[in-house]
Amino acid sequence: MSVNQYVPDNKESKYADSARAFRQNVAKDLADEQLRSNFHGAMNYLMDKRKASFPSSDELETLRQQCKLIKQRALVKLPLLLEQLENKLHENGIQVHWAETINDANEIIAQIIESKNGKNIVKGKSMVSEETALNDYLQARNMEILESDMGEYIVQLAKEHPSHIIMPAIHQNKKQVADLFAEHVKGFEYTTDVDTLIGEGRRILRDKFSRADVGITGVNFAVAETGTICLVENEGNGQMSSAVPDLHIAITGIEKVVEFLEDIPPLLSLLTRSATGQAITTYFNMITKPRKSDEKDGPEEVHLVLLDNGRSQAFADEELRQTLQCIRCGACMNHCPVYTRIGGHAYGTVYPGPIGKIISPHQLGIEATKDLPTASSLCGACGEVCPVKIPIPQILQRLRVESVKKPTGSPKELKGTGANRKTTEALTWQVWSFIHRHPNIYAVSMWFATRLRALVPNKLGAWTRVRSAPKPAAKTLHERIKLRTEEAS
Amino acid sequence: MSELNSQHLRKYPAKPKQVYLYGTCLADVLFPDSGIDAIEFLELHGVEVIYPQGQTCCGQPAYNSGYNEEAKSVALQQIAQFPLDIPIVIISGSCGGMMRHHYPSLLKDEPGVDAFCERIFEFTEFLVHVLKIKLTDKGEPEKIALHTSCAARREMGVHITGTQLIKQLDNVELVVHQQEKECCGFGGTFAVKHGDISAAMVADKSASLVAADVVKYVSADWGCMMNINGALEYQNQSLRGQHIATYLLNRTNDKAVSNKDNADER
Repeated sequence: MSVNQYVPDNKESKYADSARAFRQNVAKDLADEQLRSNFHGAMNYLMDKRKASFPSSDELETLRQQCKLIKQRALVKLPLLLEQLENKLHENGIQVHWAETINDANEIIAQIIESKNGKNIVKGKSMVSEETALNDYLQARNMEILESDMGEYIVQLAKEHPSHIIMPAIHQNKKQVADLFAEHVKGFEYTTDVDTLIGEGRRILRDKFSRADVGITGVNFAVAETGTICLVENEGNGQMSSAVPDLHIAITGIEKVVEFLEDIPPLLSLLTRSATGQAITTYFNMITKPRKSDEKDGPEEVHLVLLDNGRSQAFADEELRQTLQCIRCGACMNHCPVYTRIGGHAYGTVYPGPIGKIISPHQLGIEATKDLPTASSLCGACGEVCPVKIPIPQILQRLRVESVKKPTGSPKELKGTGANRKTTEALTWQVWSFIHRHPNIYAVSMWFATRLRALVPNKLGAWTRVRSAPKPAAKTLHERIKLRTEEAS
Repeated sequence: MSELNSQHLRKYPAKPKQVYLYGTCLADVLFPDSGIDAIEFLELHGVEVIYPQGQTCCGQPAYNSGYNEEAKSVALQQIAQFPLDIPIVIISGSCGGMMRHHYPSLLKDEPGVDAFCERIFEFTEFLVHVLKIKLTDKGEPEKIALHTSCAARREMGVHITGTQLIKQLDNVELVVHQQEKECCGFGGTFAVKHGDISAAMVADKSASLVAADVVKYVSADWGCMMNINGALEYQNQSLRGQHIATYLLNRTNDKAVSNKDNADER
């Protein structure tokens, strides 16, 4: 079957069920003290690194504004730029594939690999391939796929998925990694020394690289003007995966396209500083074409798979479109008090943290993700650090509206609209609204609340599990001011 | 992080003769002393305070729960209570953030909303930028901490004005506690809908305040203080938060220092 003949099945993402289990995941992970301490330490470290890399707040604000506008310009022209990107890539000899669903993407990739009889696959870090659960798909087709990013490798050994988009194994400490190596790596001499552990991982990966015939990577930016695929990384595994095997397949979401090559320097600077506090990463790869006849290395074939998976739903709405500005730096999760406490796995989604809460409803629907938008105090830390100024709290508020409103069945509606609507809650807010827009009724209600203060129960559900119950005052402020005015006159 | 906030872009009016006070629903029914203290403090500094009896709630609880229509009708009801073109001083940063920064989008098709939002001033912001107040500390030496709500901090810049006011008090040492910028875990209905996450957050916040070794912490937000004080009380800690209006009145007024009981701290 060729790529063109493939008919996707509409199988649900494996992340839908884990997202539905959000509350259970949270309860479990909050109770795990080791996990909480791992995240707490790591997030503090990343916050400090980011802060140190932006000594001037003026420069930071200028750069954020510039990059927000770059991404917004690209999104306004998204359909045009994607077409331009496809044409440029074709000119350069890179083959382009469009995937609407995760299954489309997986099937396209499987078929490309099968058409070249690929056996040994190495993969650089790619969150989009996590989104499609590509490893599962290819393994089911009897292919061996090895994660070559150190964090991803650890996660793969542990049969987990990334808990952070930049630091996939941040939930594990060095002892846990050493235990994992002891269990899975032949001839490993037990140590918790980080450099030795990294050296050991590198040794295994080197060997795999030398035998790999297929390399799969993600994409950080795709430049429409020049048809350039940009890959930002620190370990050299992205370069190895994209340059050593004869076949390179890159996969990315459609929102990664930018218009001009000159858009890249500010974006790159902002990305690396926001993510890890680095002025620049150790490697920055710009891939424009397969190996030419007079070149000694590089892949013979390069493919780019462009995935939608719900992105066009976000694109269709001007407010939600801002979600697609994301450059995947992870700063929002590093600064999120909720993420820091529950960790990345509790979300149950591919993308955790604040950005995950606003991306996932487009990928998995509002029903599967209905607990995510409310799991925020709307403190605004994410929006404050977002390098491309995505108003994450505002979008969370919007998603709350979408999840509790009555669905109308309009085709413009988001998938799963109204999935969190509960009749009693809706009624409560209607009554609340009625009382608060009728001052006389409000005054009577508050009069009762204060006069019956002795009757306020000491147990108020979740509130009083860790707090004392608040007690109404003897008289309301309204009453006291009235009395005060009367006394004065 | 950058200290840029809405205060930097704001033109402040000259000291007015009269202001409105927006008391907030929490202060109305739970913590009325802070409203009275705010009024006394403003009057002591030569400003007449009008408190419209028709005010109820800014609408934030419904708005944050996704019930925009319900929030909208309450918000419009509030606007109607404040007809005079004078400043509206709010004794809560998060309600202030709602009325100043969220009303424009919530009520985007309604006339006169922008002009109303322009008249919203958080209490400490008003003292610093409009009254340009100079405080004389009359209290004993003590160490306190400041807590600012996230909305107050990020939308209203209240941590800056709150700090400026406390720094004017000669005998008060302001202790910066660990992760002062982090959310206390209140977030309105979040504290009930995701009670265990909120509990983990308030546990850390209260522990950090206790570790700061201060006699009290002050704040301009009753939402956060209801949360943190509730946790401190539950843990049998003696530390409590006090509204900044009460604190400033107590520290600067001879009479107040001697007879003030802090009923709001129960």
